[in-house]
Amino acid sequence: MTTETKREKSANQAVATENTLNGLSPESIKKEDPATLLQYYRMMVLIRKFEERSAEMYTKARIGGYCHLNLGEEATIVGLMAALRPEDYIFTNYREHGYILARGAKPGPVMAELFGKETGVSKGRGGSMHLFDVNLHFMGGYGIVGGQLPLATGAGLALKYKEKDGMVVAQMGDATTNIGAFHESLNLARIWNLPVMFLVINNGYGMGTKVESASAEPELYKRAAGYNIVGERVDGKDPLAVRDAVRRAIERAKNGEPTLLEAVSHRFKGHSVVDPDRYRDPEMVKTFRQSDPLFNFARVLEENGILTPEQDNKLQEEVDQEVQEAIDFAEQSPTPAIETMFDFMYATSVANEIDPQWAQFKHAKEAK
Amino acid sequence: MPVITFRQALTDTLREEMKRDEDVFLMGEEIGIFEGSYKVTAGLLKEFGTKRVMDTPIAEEGFVGAAVGAAMLGLRPVVEIMTINFIILAMDSIVNHAAKIHYMFGGQTPVPMVIRTPGGGGQQLAATHSQNLEAWFAHVPGLKVVAPSTPYDAKGLLRSSIRDNDPIVFLENLALYNVKGEVPEAQADGGDYVIPIGKAEVKKEGTDVTIISYSRMAAISLDVARRLEEEEGISCEVVDLRSLRPLDRETIINSVKKTNRAVILEEDWRSYGIGAELAATIQEEAFDYLDAPVLRVGSLEVPLPYSKPLELAALASADHLVDAIHKVLEGKRR
Repeated sequence: MTTETKREKSANQAVATENTLNGLSPESIKKEDPATLLQYYRMMVLIRKFEERSAEMYTKARIGGYCHLNLGEEATIVGLMAALRPEDYIFTNYREHGYILARGAKPGPVMAELFGKETGVSKGRGGSMHLFDVNLHFMGGYGIVGGQLPLATGAGLALKYKEKDGMVVAQMGDATTNIGAFHESLNLARIWNLPVMFLVINNGYGMGTKVESASAEPELYKRAAGYNIVGERVDGKDPLAVRDAVRRAIERAKNGEPTLLEAVSHRFKGHSVVDPDRYRDPEMVKTFRQSDPLFNFARVLEENGILTPEQDNKLQEEVDQEVQEAIDFAEQSPTPAIETMFDFMYATSVANEIDPQWAQFKHAKEAK
Repeated sequence: MPVITFRQALTDTLREEMKRDEDVFLMGEEIGIFEGSYKVTAGLLKEFGTKRVMDTPIAEEGFVGAAVGAAMLGLRPVVEIMTINFIILAMDSIVNHAAKIHYMFGGQTPVPMVIRTPGGGGQQLAATHSQNLEAWFAHVPGLKVVAPSTPYDAKGLLRSSIRDNDPIVFLENLALYNVKGEVPEAQADGGDYVIPIGKAEVKKEGTDVTIISYSRMAAISLDVARRLEEEEGISCEVVDLRSLRPLDRETIINSVKKTNRAVILEEDWRSYGIGAELAATIQEEAFDYLDAPVLRVGSLEVPLPYSKPLELAALASADHLVDAIHKVLEGKRR
């Protein structure tokens, strides 16, 4: 791969920053198509309700393992997906239910995956942290912090190699910017000029650790400067600002320029469903709720005459129904048959690949 | 049939596979301009250009992970890790990602990639540059691990590895690169031989004892077997595993059932090593056929020392194997 192009130009933009906090001003709303804004809103509501019901299903032991929710992150997700095109690819971390929904997956197979069912998006083999849909170019939720970043970088390499259009999104949390894979990936993306956007969801906390305690440069977008790429910070509670920032990244990607985009929002609950969140001041968390991106967006739409309370009520009911249907679908779906244990072991079948215990012991094939 | 080195067999195969399939490309540290630390990729940058022969920064997790991602989108990366010791930096990309992605996502995307890397001691490179870490990878479902011992097998296995749709750790050995052997020339009609992954080979038939080994130790086993037959009339059967995962249990068991005795030669440490798996398999599946305990010969369990006499004493060797064969044959009437 040639590596000489565009380096000069980016050097000048290395610390370029944008705090696009006014995407929801009346002027900017006027430029938008009302039906599209309502679609954004509907998706935000779907993510909110899907996650609230996921928490409920977790406490009812329908969902196992770990379960991380996108509550408070809805505007970022919807803004991101609004900008992406079918040819783009997405790699995320383990807090990704909303991302695959907004990318176009039906809620039923997503909930079925959380339930560990055969009809799940990963056929019940992955669970909450490992959602996947190759047809949507949704290339996985990943449970290892930072593990998705080199993969996304390589996907960008593949697009360039095959001379295909498209940008790859590498989504991560704020704390991921401290791991080696982050730095190696940004460096590779720059020296190889890959169409990759690194998206940092900065919600202020990596589990219980404040960004300021873990990152020498807590303004995370500035870390782009070390890799000669554009770094941008955007209000993650504003779907239009996020969308427009992603569109700018897509334009850069067309020239083989990676982007580091930091979207700032708040995590409404603990790190995962089981986290009681004792380390954060309840008063502070209350203020997060006051700047709830979903309620804020509803208010803006109402103020601009795009959404009436009656419409909103109807939409809420429809989405409640949609999520209930997803839960019903998940409940009624079969679990994977024990006989399918080795079904996806290898893509190319070879001699001796099956664990001999399978034939050796009767109990191995019996469900508990 | 032409006689070429193990190194040449690898270089030729890389070239042929790159010509055969546009999606095959090489990545690694110093493989292009520098032509590879051990010159396996010599000449390939000149022939194929920077798109197909990519020099990477020193960032093993990053570029191995990038190979995984590229493979998920349909490319066939062949990654060189300069020596197996540096692969430790890439364990997350290999074990948590390459090995899991096909299964964990319900078979939606394969990860067709090869990681070539040499291991082995004996070059006075000391503890951090002389390791045999194959057990780490052979332990992991989702990976395939191959370890050829001859130029012929290297070519056949590298071909099948590059054409396979799963992540493959292809183990080379520093002391094998200059070993020569017969390798047929590439066929114009593409009808070249391949060696199936997951199949061992009986390299020499015998009746008194089975020696089981792989990679460079399989070459040593064959030398020892020939010598003992000639000098002492001991008939050794040599099983060269060629693949460590999946393991060809059938070939091992059939051989032990015939000879009733087994010695394992491995260059790694014995504790929890490849030989431990082999010995356990033999006692599970051929217990009634054994006339003596299965013996394992490995390297001594120390960080390999630099000083030559210490290094030689620590490494698994032909002499140690001869001792073990004599011991396992004690009491046998011949």
